[in-house]
Amino acid sequence: MKEELFVSGRNIPNIDPYLHIWHWQIPIYLFLGGLAAGILFLAAVYTILGKDKEMQATVKWAPFIVPFALIIGLFMLFLDLKHKLYFWQLYTTIRLESPMGWGAWVLMIMTPISIVWSASYVREVFPNWDWKFKFLYTFEAWVIKNRWFIAWPMAIYAVILGIYTGILLSAFNARPLWNTTILGPLFLVSGMSTGAACIILMSKNHEERRLIGRLDLLFISVELFFIVHMIMGFLAGSQVQIDAANLFLGGQFTVPFFVFVILLGLIFPAVLETLELIGFKVPIVIPAILVLLGGLIFRFIMVEAGQITRYLY
Amino acid sequence: MRYAMAIDTKKCVGCSDCVVACQTENNVPIGFCRDWVTETVDGTYPNVSIELRTERCNHCDNSPCVRCCPTGASHFEDGGIVMVTHHKCIGCGACIQSCPYEARYSHPDGYVDKCTFCIHRVRKGENPACVSVCPTSCMYFGDLDDPNSEIVNVLKNRKFKALAPEAGTKPNIFYLT
Repeated sequence: MKEELFVSGRNIPNIDPYLHIWHWQIPIYLFLGGLAAGILFLAAVYTILGKDKEMQATVKWAPFIVPFALIIGLFMLFLDLKHKLYFWQLYTTIRLESPMGWGAWVLMIMTPISIVWSASYVREVFPNWDWKFKFLYTFEAWVIKNRWFIAWPMAIYAVILGIYTGILLSAFNARPLWNTTILGPLFLVSGMSTGAACIILMSKNHEERRLIGRLDLLFISVELFFIVHMIMGFLAGSQVQIDAANLFLGGQFTVPFFVFVILLGLIFPAVLETLELIGFKVPIVIPAILVLLGGLIFRFIMVEAGQITRYLY
Repeated sequence: MRYAMAIDTKKCVGCSDCVVACQTENNVPIGFCRDWVTETVDGTYPNVSIELRTERCNHCDNSPCVRCCPTGASHFEDGGIVMVTHHKCIGCGACIQSCPYEARYSHPDGYVDKCTFCIHRVRKGENPACVSVCPTSCMYFGDLDDPNSEIVNVLKNRKFKALAPEAGTKPNIFYLT
């Protein structure tokens, strides 16, 4: 077998550093998308279960973040585009093969749903809010009446949105670290977990916090399982995938990954939440903030590390 | 019609004439290029050998860049040439991320640019600029479906390889070894 001892790089000044083409905008967008998916999914599920009176923060308060998260996320995507004035081309084509294509459509559906959902609760938060037009009042009454039916597509779209944030990366077979379908479910549970953390931060009801805290514990465990699964999959894969896994197992991303994502972002909050469940007094704000930060750092690491894994050179 | 290119690594001297020809022909902005030359050294001293390769977009049959393009800007032209429609490209970078050959770059004007196999010349029956200027005639361009073409002939009689076949993209640039 021929062994390549040395391959000269391409040394093309304006291209090579720029092939690292996704910067901070993409991880923030993925984080906000996952967060929105998590919150909307939980809001929809508890509405479907008829628990909207008990779970005020889940169903009512937290979804107010979602339209802002999605709009900021879309703005991040827009910032990332290099040919910005042509962005509307995304919405003149339907290409199911392209995750970015259908993801753009999912966001196009999800953002209005989240706005309508929050708008239907606006008058409960601000009793003096005036919709100005009569048809808006009619529409509001219709939405309030049909919340249970809106919750179903919202739950389904939330899952698609959460999976999309991972599939967006896994579609690129030139980046071995990303090219694994487990990224879809992994980013979904990670999004659910950050969504749950956000609800915990906003909730004033002890029972609700406990319930969502338990759910968060479940999400964290599943996420840890998926991460192990992902690394095992890489190690059983081709050489480029083994190299990709080695970025986390001794390579340059080992410390940030294990310290900030695994330890501080998943295991430590899980321990704190377990302690709280068995009766210790733990300020629940701490694990919630750690989960949120861990989720954000996880996306930064995945996007950065993915772009240095490659086939050639 | 299936356009392909064969490059004789035994004849290539790494002069980069192909790179300059491409930049001139296609008006590639300064500091960027659509093709480039790499040098691979293998073996142990004193039995070392150098392989020089001129590389570019492989116009793959199973193109991940075409598949992941959200707007359809990246598409196949006749003969399997992968092209980018500039006014459809939004510059999202998905195709750059998906190319195992790193053949694409973001043009300063915003859209993504890459080798076109000089489709404007090929349609007139000429060779791509890089092939036509090669001083050692180490590059062959032609139609794989034409049994009498020079490229089919050279691929029949010589050993060849493709780059990163494990990426599974079915590349159409072959390196004669």
